[in-house]
Amino acid sequence: MTPAHMEAALMLAGVLFMLGLISVLIRRNIIFMLISVEIMLNAAGLAFIVAGTKWVQPDGQVMFIFILTMAAAEVSVGLALILQIYHQLKTLDSDAANLMKG
Amino acid sequence: MENLLWLIPALPFLGALLLILFGTRLSRMLVAILGVGSVGISALITILLGLEFLANRPEFYHQEVWQWFNVAGFTPSIAFHIDALSLVFVFVITFVGALIHLYATAYMAEDQDFSRFFACMNLFVGSMLMLVMADNLLLLYLGWEGVGLCSYLLIGFWYKEPKNGYAARKAFIITRVGDTAMAIGLFMLFQAFGTLHIQTILTEAPQAWSVGSQMAVIVALLLLGGAVGKSGQLPLQTWLPDAMAGPTPVSALIHAATMVTAGVYLIARMYVIFELAPLAQTIVAIVGAVTLLLAGFSALTQYDLKRVLAYSTISQIGYMFLALGVGAWSAGIFHFMIHGFFKALLFLCAGAIIMALHHEQDMRKMGGLRHKMPVVYWTFLIGAASLAALPIITAGFYSKDQILWYALAGENGNMWLYLAGLAGAFITSIYTFRMVFMTFFGESKTHLEHPPGKVITIPLIILAILSLVGGFIELPHNFGHVVLFSDLLAPVLPGISANEGLAANEWLFQLLAAVVSLGGVFVAYLFYIKSPQLLTSIERSEFAMALHRFWHSGWGFDALYDALIVRSYVFISKLNKRDFIDSFYTGLARLAEGFHVMFSETQNGVLRNYVAGIVVGAIMILTISLFL
Repeated sequence: MTPAHMEAALMLAGVLFMLGLISVLIRRNIIFMLISVEIMLNAAGLAFIVAGTKWVQPDGQVMFIFILTMAAAEVSVGLALILQIYHQLKTLDSDAANLMKG
Repeated sequence: MENLLWLIPALPFLGALLLILFGTRLSRMLVAILGVGSVGISALITILLGLEFLANRPEFYHQEVWQWFNVAGFTPSIAFHIDALSLVFVFVITFVGALIHLYATAYMAEDQDFSRFFACMNLFVGSMLMLVMADNLLLLYLGWEGVGLCSYLLIGFWYKEPKNGYAARKAFIITRVGDTAMAIGLFMLFQAFGTLHIQTILTEAPQAWSVGSQMAVIVALLLLGGAVGKSGQLPLQTWLPDAMAGPTPVSALIHAATMVTAGVYLIARMYVIFELAPLAQTIVAIVGAVTLLLAGFSALTQYDLKRVLAYSTISQIGYMFLALGVGAWSAGIFHFMIHGFFKALLFLCAGAIIMALHHEQDMRKMGGLRHKMPVVYWTFLIGAASLAALPIITAGFYSKDQILWYALAGENGNMWLYLAGLAGAFITSIYTFRMVFMTFFGESKTHLEHPPGKVITIPLIILAILSLVGGFIELPHNFGHVVLFSDLLAPVLPGISANEGLAANEWLFQLLAAVVSLGGVFVAYLFYIKSPQLLTSIERSEFAMALHRFWHSGWGFDALYDALIVRSYVFISKLNKRDFIDSFYTGLARLAEGFHVMFSETQNGVLRNYVAGIVVGAIMILTISLFL
């Protein structure tokens, strides 16, 4: 990969990450928040791939597979929690889930 | 016998331990047997030991039980040292103590805390024995503090009455003032000699310190501070009259056998230090002389039977201090022994009277008990005669006469000490017989309830006999010349020689002492039997009544200390009510609380805020790690 491509790929990863982050911050629907977190994870994964290519090492791709596995586990736990929240509160608004505030 | 030495203090301690652990579950009979038996067996061992001591005349018996601890070469041991001086003390403590215990089984028979009483009494006797038998000053100090603790427990024995608890605290705190001085004295002795072993200090002190050296004077004065506190001498005497709040056998034990004589023992034990410090020794004599006068005048005005006896104890201990102060060591110890007999007797008689009259202690409500309680009357009369030092027949005469004689003719004696002692003897005689006449003569005012039983009268009779014949072991050289007692003490305490010029006229001074003592009885007779109108005419005078109130309150010492020390202490403590060192720690707590309030605001349950927080934190950490 040439340096120009690499920069573009890293920019893409950064933009994806910022998009995900901003939508976690502004979205209230908890399913959208979960999706946004997935986007951020993929952005990080892309950055790993780019770095791995740059140093010609397989580690970047190893890390991406780790991230995929972790994301799968996270989504399953996250969806289970969302189901419970919806069951308890009859809404998907994350601001309604504030019963444990200090 | 020497091997049994440890049993003497161990038995009362064992008795106390058993009574503390199992006392409430034992029957009264068993408690009495344990309580009296432990001290009684100690007394028996002491008598056997004493007989052997008298037969063989060793310099001392010594037994080391075990080494207490070993810190950087300082190795005090639990070891007992009995020489003639401690033997006299141990004898009086165990023997008189055992009689008092026996008497107490009847006196306290109906008290619900029977076992607690005997546990404390045994502990008291055990601590006192430890004090007088210790071969090093640390062990002595242990006994010394033990005695203080037991006095607190026993004076406040009837703790449900708030004023008894007050008296107990007062006794504890005031003696603690003296104890602190004594502890500092012990530190200085240790610093100077590197040991607290008494005999080592006594042999090394004359080489290390010259006569009148500053160190010797300071140490002697500090030890005197401790002695003054425990023995109820000026200026720490105020606790003793209030200590009458305890049951009467306790008063007898404190005044005759234990506690107050500890100071006399300490000074006699450390006599070498006091001889190296003539200034301190003179102060001992002056303290004794002043105290015996002040306490005598106070005793004249008391109406409470036990308070009269309390002031008389202060006064008689004053005589002992006077004797020690002029260097008449054996005379002081002799008076201690005789005083132990007759003061225990007087207190036990007073207890019998108080018990018979439903705990009435006011002498104005007594009277006419002569025919109703003949045994108590005769034994009390003997005790009173001994206290008043009636000539020839009583033991008190021989012991007090010796003190008076050496106060005048001894090496350190002088006219003023003698006059104080003589005036004291006159007052003693007046207040003693005032007490006898008010209690036993005149018309009866209160109905008699419990006539004293055998357990009460037997100790009285034994003590009465000792109060009479105890004096015959030491007679003046121009009157029988018996010196058994001073011979016994001669290896331990130095003798005293009388002024040659005065010695020729010794009989004159003895006659004077006898006349003064009889004169006091006559004055009391005049005022309280013959013509009571004399008393009422005095009572009409304004000045006399003011004086009466002043003396009745013990020369206003309580008020003085209250104004000087208690009030100012309370004032200072009020100033610092919100402890300013504490405010630093309160401030720390406040700060933590503030942070807590602040951070708990962020815990608001809005998920997006948490995410924002994490982002800000991550950015901060990244910034720091990239740019620093």
